[in-house]
Amino acid sequence: MAVEKFKVEASHIMMFARAVGDANRIYHDDDYAEGTEPGSIIAPPTFAQASAQFDPDYSLRPPIDGEGWFGSGGKPTGAKPREGSGGGGGGGGGGLHAEQRFVYHRHIRPGDVLTATTKPGNTWERESRRAGKLTFSESVTEYRDQNGELVVTATGVGVRTERPVDQG
Amino acid sequence: MALNASELNAGDTYTERLVEDLKRTQIVMYAGASGDYNPVHTDEVFTTEVAGYPSVFAHGMLTMGLTGKMLTNYVGDGRLTEFGVRFTNQVFPGDTLDATATVVGVEDGIVELNVATVNQKGVQVAMGTAKARVD
Repeated sequence: MAVEKFKVEASHIMMFARAVGDANRIYHDDDYAEGTEPGSIIAPPTFAQASAQFDPDYSLRPPIDGEGWFGSGGKPTGAKPREGSGGGGGGGGGGLHAEQRFVYHRHIRPGDVLTATTKPGNTWERESRRAGKLTFSESVTEYRDQNGELVVTATGVGVRTERPVDQG
Repeated sequence: MALNASELNAGDTYTERLVEDLKRTQIVMYAGASGDYNPVHTDEVFTTEVAGYPSVFAHGMLTMGLTGKMLTNYVGDGRLTEFGVRFTNQVFPGDTLDATATVVGVEDGIVELNVATVNQKGVQVAMGTAKARVD
């Protein structure tokens, strides 16, 4: 994933906080936030993940014209998933998110313009009783602000399963 | 709001209910806010007929986001310095989740926590660690 400009806006933070069921006013109320220790609206701890919205090539977002999107339309699937960033799932045994870690150098605020650069990390394999061969791949994303300062370091591990995870 | 080092002991726990009877609409909200539109989270037809799962399921990052709410309510706003989890089982619509932070120790003004989120069957869906600044 490469994101050149992730413009952090208060309305996006509000919607993200709602989506994770967090009613804390520090995520949407300027007047309240002013009286808190951070002194302004900040983003919830996992907000950096929403940088996907600003990745022009993110593979888990339907293209503007809908062409090639693998979700259902008239038929259960439109097409094969596009190759690209995001490491998402397609049919059968697909990609799942195995692990995520964040290190906060400071907390994200509205007005930040973040740049995200991702480097691949380790890859490894493991046999699983519930899903067959698992192939893990790690990536490390650094989010820097408009001054080049490191804000958040995010390490993600994706896993491709040989078959869908048995729920039994 | 923040925690006080002198009042923290290894083994202290803090638990919060994150969500009760998780709704598909909540998952749709997370897809829209995060930008992760993988159909396995919102498209029942694709997920059951093509991907081979019994129903749509939550983004791991929705589980982590919900778990983060428990953490920030416990340690205070802007206090987290690290937060990481492994997603150990999938979360499905209808699930009820509870998350617990357990104090591992306090050193140099930083509390280290173990974090675990379980569903209504007692099955762990996420586990990890967090660190936060304390007074």
